[in-house]
Amino acid sequence: MFDKLAEAVNADHNLVLRGKTCSLTLLIEIDNDEYFIDIVSGEIINVVSGQFLMRHWDLAIRASQATWSKFWQKYPEPGFHDIFAMNRFGHCKIEGNTKVLLSHIRFIKDVVSKPRFLGTGVSSNGKA
Amino acid sequence: MAKLDPIIGRYVTLDQGGKDFRIYFEENGSGIPLLCLHTAGAHSSQFRHLMCDPEITKNFRIIAFDLPWHGKSTPPVGWQEEEYKLTSTFYIDIIKNFIGSLNLKKPLVMGCSMGGRVVIRLAYELGKELSGVIGLEGSDQPAPWYDNSWTSHPNFENGDFCVGLVSGLCAPQSPDEYKWETLWHYYQSGHGVFKGDMHFFRTDSDYADNSATIDTELCPVYLMTGEYDYSCTPEATVETASRIPGAEAVIMREVGHFPMSENPDVFRNYLIPVLDKFKEGEKNEPSSS
Repeated sequence: MFDKLAEAVNADHNLVLRGKTCSLTLLIEIDNDEYFIDIVSGEIINVVSGQFLMRHWDLAIRASQATWSKFWQKYPEPGFHDIFAMNRFGHCKIEGNTKVLLSHIRFIKDVVSKPRFLGTGVSSNGKA
Repeated sequence: MAKLDPIIGRYVTLDQGGKDFRIYFEENGSGIPLLCLHTAGAHSSQFRHLMCDPEITKNFRIIAFDLPWHGKSTPPVGWQEEEYKLTSTFYIDIIKNFIGSLNLKKPLVMGCSMGGRVVIRLAYELGKELSGVIGLEGSDQPAPWYDNSWTSHPNFENGDFCVGLVSGLCAPQSPDEYKWETLWHYYQSGHGVFKGDMHFFRTDSDYADNSATIDTELCPVYLMTGEYDYSCTPEATVETASRIPGAEAVIMREVGHFPMSENPDVFRNYLIPVLDKFKEGEKNEPSSS
């Protein structure tokens, strides 16, 4: 799914334009699976997953598979429709360099919610 | 033929605290004055759909003004030498001043978000002079959903940050057209204005100790909140209503933090039955919550 995310983000000219000053490694955790998404100047250049020891990341969003599955629905239920809603209600944890998040808040939220608009790219169980 | 809105815009200059405040306001309709208060960092255009709804304007004179520093209202002379911070006292005073200046008799006051907060204080301070209050996405005390340190980040001052922060407060079902118009209002905001409004919303508007003193026989209170609002949650709204004897809470489905502008068609279906209770000749009394 994250391969399709990279394609979709990089093909979205306006999204890349909004992220042109944004470079970070975003960690998305789904249950115990970790996905490191390297973003450079608004484009996803690499996605890796697997077992790592202290691999670098800047910003992490950690949630269960069930939560991500709800978040990536076209019409998520209340409380699961935005990362800040999920954070407020304890459905996810946002950790790391919040300065990066605050500097690129709209871009990062758009990247994370992109699977919502990928159609076949979203598995029904939220599994990447 | 030109597609003209029926909305009329004008300016009025208010003297407050020895300073002149040139205030922009819009209005349409006739009947009971319905004074509308916009959200933090935005302006009165949020109410344009209501002002163009003949079913509402046939009974209500809908008026919305831009707070100083917002929309087309100018900040006072010398603004460049001060940091904008909205206080509870200034907010209340400018509303009272506006009502008095336009000679609005027994207005019904409806505010959203920080406007939904301030109507609580209006109700317990000015209740007998009002027809009632409607708090949209309103509660009687702050309940922050992000850390206070965020407001010190330089990006908190700019529009793109504000849009990113509040975009999730819209319901996913709200039409894109209206959602993005709502968010555009935040892009239009002056530098530091949203942050200044947050001073009121986050730290200077705890009315929970006084809300129980509201006499809803004199000033009926309705609190209407969208189920997707995680800034003022439905739970916070119901809790606030429970502290105000006679207040009624209405939770709106498939609506977020900006009901009047993000999904006006859904919102009107919730609002009109509430407004019907205020029509002239009908008893201004909410049912118990």
